[in-house]
Amino acid sequence: MSETARGVATEVDVTVRVNGSTRRLRLDSRVTLLDALRDRLELTGTKKGCDQGACGACTVLADGKRVLSCLTLAAQCDGREVMTIEGLSRDGGLHPVQEAFIRHDGLQCGFCTPGQIMSAVALLAEGRAGSDEEIREFMSGNICRCGAYPNIIAAIREAAVRDAGV
Amino acid sequence: MRAFEYIRADDVASAVALVSGDPNAHYLAGGTTQVDLMLKDGVLEPERLVDITRLPLRGIARDGDLLRVGAMATMEELAADFTVAERLPFVREALLAGASTQLRNMATIGGNVLQRTRCRYFRDKAVAACNKRAPGSGCAAVSGAARMHAILGASEHCIALHASDLCVPLVAVDAVAHIQGAEAQRSVPLTEFYIVPGDRPDVENVLRHGELLTAIDIPLLPPGTRSGYLKVRDRASYEFALTSAAVALAIDDGVIADARVALGGVGTIPWRAPEAEAVLRGAPLGAQVFLMAADAAVHDPFTVTGTAFKVELAKHTLVRTLETVAEGSA
Repeated sequence: MSETARGVATEVDVTVRVNGSTRRLRLDSRVTLLDALRDRLELTGTKKGCDQGACGACTVLADGKRVLSCLTLAAQCDGREVMTIEGLSRDGGLHPVQEAFIRHDGLQCGFCTPGQIMSAVALLAEGRAGSDEEIREFMSGNICRCGAYPNIIAAIREAAVRDAGV
Repeated sequence: MRAFEYIRADDVASAVALVSGDPNAHYLAGGTTQVDLMLKDGVLEPERLVDITRLPLRGIARDGDLLRVGAMATMEELAADFTVAERLPFVREALLAGASTQLRNMATIGGNVLQRTRCRYFRDKAVAACNKRAPGSGCAAVSGAARMHAILGASEHCIALHASDLCVPLVAVDAVAHIQGAEAQRSVPLTEFYIVPGDRPDVENVLRHGELLTAIDIPLLPPGTRSGYLKVRDRASYEFALTSAAVALAIDDGVIADARVALGGVGTIPWRAPEAEAVLRGAPLGAQVFLMAADAAVHDPFTVTGTAFKVELAKHTLVRTLETVAEGSA
């Protein structure tokens, strides 16, 4: 059991709902949400890219809002609702945004894709997929080093149209 | 990465007591700076971290011609506020020009005001010379590669930039910080809140250890006032400013009745430019006046090789913002 230099225990108890299930964890206070998801809950869909808030690969939804799990302490999520890429499927099938990414080939290596998709799902909920320009601006927190941006935008545009029931 | 005790505060008084009573305690808000500097860079090493994100300091409420913004409101929440869109358009523009949506969902207004510099030398403990991190050790940025650094309020002691976009229009409109200490409350205008580094770059603002920023009062721009925020950067989105300008103008029949000007990307603190405002007030709209204002705003810069370009860029940024804000007013 770890403690601070002056002997104070650093473990924290965290109860968090992840993809609809309640999970109870005892963690060192330094553990990020990203590491808790990947290493403790075995939800490795969320990716560790820069691990410093610059790339967006670790994007998840916390209480419905997209956030960076690498800069969020797991302890801060106590009592919160977290959704990861594993929680997106509907009735066993893919989420429409996932389907659109496949149809438009919105990836190459795929490492940034879970973050891109979580961000895109939030973008649609925020109502910010009105134009390619708007999609580019509000997806700018997700970097794709393969440069699949044109296909990512096409996928989101299509998902937005379907979302609107057009 | 040093081990720390995590405590979630239930109310403002206990939060302030927990940090005030412990010299090795820090507050934790959105975490986008604090967690980064603690866990990733190892620059901050508190033994106790007091989470203040669930304190009841999240409200955004209009009171007459004032908007009171709780320090725990997020950047996205403030950007979505109707009064901000209607009466403080340049604040909204600055908010949405900053960071990414993910970071804006996390980052709080209080944390934005108190954000630490992005200076790479400050954030790298392997660099010995940093007067901000280790007072008296020197400044590696002055003699090293510098680009995203300050030219105003800077000196050979420190050229670390205050990189906030939001704070640029906030100092322009004379926003006021509300502060809760262990003993008393006080209010400080943001224009007096930040301290130009001089030979003490480690002292960044007037807060004493344990004092908590609880709210920011933002005076609304008078109806009819035109405003704008322009951010110039190395890529089109999700990047810090090289230079930026926040401008609000009250224009009466082609004459500038009132002007508020502040610059970003160039100052060791969010940089209000009263000299430019003095040039603009009472003057007719026009290129000549705008150029004079820009010259007045960017005076006595301290530059190094990598930042010398910012002198002209900052002036052009201000001129362009003035032109854009004035456009179509006649």
